[in-house]
Amino acid sequence: MSTDTDGEFDFGGSAIERKRLYGKVFLGLCVSAAMVGIVALIALLADVIYESWGWLTWEFLTYPPSQVADHFVPENYGDLDTGPAGMYPAIVGSIYLIVLTAIFTLFLGVGAAIYLEEYAPDTRLTRFIEANITNLAGVPSIVYGLLGLAMFVRALQTGASLIAGALTLTLLILPIVIVSSQESLRAVPDSMRQASYGTGATKWQTIRNVVLPEAVPGIMTGIILSLSRAIGETAPILMVGAAVSMFTPPDLTSPTGAFSAMPMMIFEWASQPDAAFQHIAAAGIVVLLTILLLMNAAAVLIRNKYDRRA
Amino acid sequence: MSSERMDLSRNGNDVGTLGDRVARYAFFSCAFVTVLTTIAIILVLINGAVGFFRQATLVELLGDAVSAGSVDGAADAIGEGLAAQVTVTEFLFGTDWSPLIEPTSYGVLPLVWGTLVVTVGSALIAVPVGTLTAIYLSEYADERVRRTLKPILEILAGIPTIVYGFFALSFITPIIQFFFPQTGTFNATSAAIVVGIMIIPMISSLSEDAMSAVPDSLRNAAYGLGATKLEVSTQVVLPASLSGILAAYVLGLSRAIGETMAVALAMGMLPQITTNPLEEMQTMTAYMVQVGISDVSIGSIQYQSLFAVGLTLFAMTFAMNVLSMWVRSRYREEYQ
Repeated sequence: MSTDTDGEFDFGGSAIERKRLYGKVFLGLCVSAAMVGIVALIALLADVIYESWGWLTWEFLTYPPSQVADHFVPENYGDLDTGPAGMYPAIVGSIYLIVLTAIFTLFLGVGAAIYLEEYAPDTRLTRFIEANITNLAGVPSIVYGLLGLAMFVRALQTGASLIAGALTLTLLILPIVIVSSQESLRAVPDSMRQASYGTGATKWQTIRNVVLPEAVPGIMTGIILSLSRAIGETAPILMVGAAVSMFTPPDLTSPTGAFSAMPMMIFEWASQPDAAFQHIAAAGIVVLLTILLLMNAAAVLIRNKYDRRA
Repeated sequence: MSSERMDLSRNGNDVGTLGDRVARYAFFSCAFVTVLTTIAIILVLINGAVGFFRQATLVELLGDAVSAGSVDGAADAIGEGLAAQVTVTEFLFGTDWSPLIEPTSYGVLPLVWGTLVVTVGSALIAVPVGTLTAIYLSEYADERVRRTLKPILEILAGIPTIVYGFFALSFITPIIQFFFPQTGTFNATSAAIVVGIMIIPMISSLSEDAMSAVPDSLRNAAYGLGATKLEVSTQVVLPASLSGILAAYVLGLSRAIGETMAVALAMGMLPQITTNPLEEMQTMTAYMVQVGISDVSIGSIQYQSLFAVGLTLFAMTFAMNVLSMWVRSRYREEYQ
C-alpha cells in the first residue's frame, strides 16, 4: 500500500493484515448468507412436521373433510357417527387435475417446442413468440386464475370444474414446459438428424423416429417438474372456483362438476382461526410435500436412467 | 455455431407427404397458443376493467349494440353502457379501498401500498442474501459444496407458496411476536420475510449464472495485479456480471409483486396505508383471493374490480419483466 520513500522497505504489513481480515469477514458473510436458505428449509420442514405430528393418519388420507376440527383428532375416531375426517376428495381431485394437465401439456408444450426448435425460421414472428413465452413465464399465477375464470368458467361455460382447473394450470406451466422441452430437443446432436435425412427420411419422419425418441427422457423430466409446480399452485384454482367442502372425489363422468384440490384445502384450513386447524393444515402440507417429493424423485430417476452423457 | 445447426436441421426434407405439411401446421398451432394466451389475458383484463369503470364490459357493450337493431339504438346502448361507474382518477389515486362494505370506495392505493411493502421488505432480505450466496457459489465454494447447496436452493424454490404462508403464520409470526408483543397474527413483516426467503433461490441462481459467465482471464488478470479474492469478487466479477445480477433482482421483485398465497395468509385482509410493518395490510393479490373465496355475484362491481386490480398487477409485473430483459441486453458485457 504505502509507497513512502523514507528508506524503510515497508509494504504496510498492517494493510495486508487488514485485507486478510476483510477477506475472512466477507467469506463469513457469504457462508452465512448461503446458510440462510438451508436454515430456512430445515425450519420450514421441522415446523410442518412438528405441527402435523399425530394428526396424519391413514384415515386422514381416506376420509372426506369436516367443518369440525374434532373429527380430525385420531382419539375421537371411534366415537364419531360421521366417521373420521380427512382430505380424501382433495387428494383424488389433485391427482385428476394433474393427470388432465399432463395430457394437455404434453401435446401443447412438446408441439410448441418442436415447432420452435425444428421448424421455426429465424423471423420476427419466431422471435416474438420466444419473447412472449419468456414474458408469460413471469405473469403472476393469480392472473392466470382470472383468465381461467373469465375464459373457461364463464365464456366457455365449463363451470368451476376439473376441466377449467386443468386448462388454467396447463396455460400456467406451458412456458416452463416449452423451454425445458426445447433444451432437450436442442441436446439431440445434428449428426443424428443428418443421418436420418441421408436415408431419405422426411422432416416429420426424422422428428418422429429419431429426434423425439432421443429427447423423450429430458422432455419427461421437464414435464414432471412443471407438474410438481402445478400441483402446489393455489391461486389459479382458487380463482377458478375449486371447492372446499367436497365430500366425494370429483366425478370423472361429468367433467363440468365441482372439484376440490389439496392446496385449496390447505388454504381453507390454514385460514381458520381455530388453532386445531393449524395442525390439520400441517398434516395436509405433509401429504402435499410427500407427493411433490415423489414426483421430483421420479424426474431425477428418469434423468439418471436415460442420460447417456452423464 | 448455432446458425450452422439451424441450416442443417431446417433445410431438411420438409416437402412431400401430407403428414409433413400437417405436422408443420399442427406444431405451429401449439406454439401459437402461447401468443393467444397473452392476447386472451390482455383482453380478459381490459374487458373486465371496462366493466368496472363503466356500466358494462366490452363484450356486453358489443352484445347490446348488436341486439339494439338500429344504428341509433346501438349508439344509445353504447352511450348508456359507457356511463362512468368508478372514475379512473378515483381508482388510481383514491386512498380508501372498501369494495365489500358500504359506503363503498375504490381507491387502489392501499392495495398498491401493501404490495410495495411486501416487495421492498422481501428485497431487503433476498437481494443481499441472494447476491452473497451467488458470490459464494460462484467464487468460493468447491464442487462438493456446490453439489449440496444448489439442490437445497432448488428444493426451496419448489415448495408451494401456500406452504410458505403456513410457515409464516405458525413459525415466523410467533418469533416476531416474541420480540414485539403488540404484533397481530397478521402482519406485513412476517409476509415480507417469507416472500424474501421464497425469492432467494431465484436471485442467487440467476446471479450465479451471470457470475459464472465471467471468464477466468479477468479474475487471473486481477490476481496478477495483486488483488485479493475479496477484491476480485466485488470489484471485478460483480461489475462484470452486473447486468445479469440486476436482471435477476428485477425478476425476483416481479415475482414478489405477484406473490399471492403466502401474503394472503400471513399479511391479512385489511387494506390500509401505514408505515408500521407490524400491522395488517392487504396486497392486490390478497384482495383478489378475498373476492375469490367470497361469494360475490358474477357481474357485480366487486367481481369486475378483480379485473381492474388484476390489470394493475399485470401492468406492474409486465413492466418489470420487460425492464429485466432490457437491462440484460442493454448492459450485457460480451466475452469471447
